[in-house]
Amino acid sequence: MHVVVCVKQIPDPVVPGELDPGSHALKREGKLILDESDSYGVEMALQLVDKAGGGEVTLVSMAPNGEVSGLRTALAMGAAKAILVSDDALAGSDALSTAKVLAKAVERAGAVDLVLAATESTDGYTGTTPAQVAELLGWPSLTFAKQVDVADGTVTIQRQTEAGYDVVEATLPAVVSVTAGVVEPRYPSFKGIMAAKNKPVDTVTAADLGLGANAVGWAGARQRITQVAPAPAREAGERIEDDGEAFQRVVAFLEDLKVV
Amino acid sequence: MGLAKVWVFAEAEGDKPASSTLEMLTRAREVADVVECVYVGAGADALAGALGEHGATKVYAVDGGDGLPGVIGAAALESLVATHSPDLVLFAQTYDGRDAIARLSAKLDRPVITNGTALSVDGDAVIVGVAIFGGNMLVDTAFSGEKPYLAAIRPKSFAAEPSGGAAAAVEAVGAVDAGRAGQARVLERHVEEREGPKLEEATVVVSGGRGLGEAGAYDPLVEELAKLLGGASGASRAIVDAGWVPYSKQVGQTGKTVKPKLYIALGISGATQHLVGMKSSDNIIAVNKDGEAPIFGVADLGIVGDVHKVVPKLIEALRARG
Repeated sequence: MHVVVCVKQIPDPVVPGELDPGSHALKREGKLILDESDSYGVEMALQLVDKAGGGEVTLVSMAPNGEVSGLRTALAMGAAKAILVSDDALAGSDALSTAKVLAKAVERAGAVDLVLAATESTDGYTGTTPAQVAELLGWPSLTFAKQVDVADGTVTIQRQTEAGYDVVEATLPAVVSVTAGVVEPRYPSFKGIMAAKNKPVDTVTAADLGLGANAVGWAGARQRITQVAPAPAREAGERIEDDGEAFQRVVAFLEDLKVV
Repeated sequence: MGLAKVWVFAEAEGDKPASSTLEMLTRAREVADVVECVYVGAGADALAGALGEHGATKVYAVDGGDGLPGVIGAAALESLVATHSPDLVLFAQTYDGRDAIARLSAKLDRPVITNGTALSVDGDAVIVGVAIFGGNMLVDTAFSGEKPYLAAIRPKSFAAEPSGGAAAAVEAVGAVDAGRAGQARVLERHVEEREGPKLEEATVVVSGGRGLGEAGAYDPLVEELAKLLGGASGASRAIVDAGWVPYSKQVGQTGKTVKPKLYIALGISGATQHLVGMKSSDNIIAVNKDGEAPIFGVADLGIVGDVHKVVPKLIEALRARG
């Protein structure tokens, strides 16, 4: 079984984000890391290939400046190879442009049974890319999976719903978006980290994928930021150290609010 | 000044329209001359009254069968949009709403703006407001390019208010061909027992985070307190990622936005990821060991202490009150 995982390399979320004052795009300079949301898809893909008794996991990613740090992390976990789309023409790409790039990259990966992605990225979190990729490929999409099983050319998931979950199935090839926490991502072993250094990363441009400059990047986004303003700040209130009796202050607060 | 026609992708909860649908209708009728809905599922007739009362004059009803509503909805919308030319289609930032807007965007080759919390029309410009960086910054984005514009709005962004309109006219839409995507089938539906209100509608929300220490602490501390206060239980991303509780409980940027009368954060440090989902609550109580935790910056009452010590005593005191 050949599973492709869409992964995003993002600025470390621990570092406060910044907007470029000129373009208002999220600044994505410096070292990028594997979005933790994607580690679940990578782990799920590795487990599914194991269960299928063979096959491999290919990563696809779009990132500026030929960035591979995050890809190396996922390769060290066990993915076999990666396709990286890196091109100045992609700067400013919105979710749909990104999906166009990823769909082309999936096609470049050859015969693919299943594409996995996170439900949304940690930095941009538009949350539409997996289903957009599926639509562009003409494939079914099973979204918000909390469990994924593949057997006999069919993928079956438990899909998160407001009320609980639905069991949903589709024939392969298909796109599945996985929610965080569904599997426990493995830590790359030392051997894995060493092996990852020599795993192939196929770095391509938008043009290599047959995408014109008008389809992607700023030109493709068709929206403009009209205003950026700080939100009204919220004032911190009373703070007390627990001396064993702080719960009584909470009870009094609840009484004032009449919630008890 | 306003738009000629705005559509809302309607969703249902049981036999009633979802509150997010009614919220969007309320805002839509303030910016548009005509507001209509597209709905995938059974029982559109049962929804027509409430949809009309909130401003919709018509419901295009699609029988989705056992397909995924978002997938069927996008296929139906593609042809409906071509015939009726709405200026803007609004979707809720929900599981099915996200499926629908994503697929329709790719079908029509239109960009999306998602996670919207505000919507305005200024001359020709349709502007969607989005909170970023943990809600510290508000970004207004205007669509350019061809209509229809597609936006997803986070639930609880607007207040739902009836306008007293008559029931919406239900117009059945014939069979929809969603192609290979339409092969996805719902085989079973599992409804998990939920005591108390829905997370997004609860007056009181009690959430737990990494400070709980272990998955086993969630039920006796978070669930129990939520139950005692007639509230709903939520979670930070950290414990959802760790697999302690399902994604549906996540409050924050990549989860749900809640605006209860009271939000209680137990063992949550308050990463920006979390704050954006709860800082508009009327009142916030935080209990956390680390006095430097950012959650205390937004809390009306902050208890610097161990949740394992403070919360059991609180629960006991509330129980004693009966």
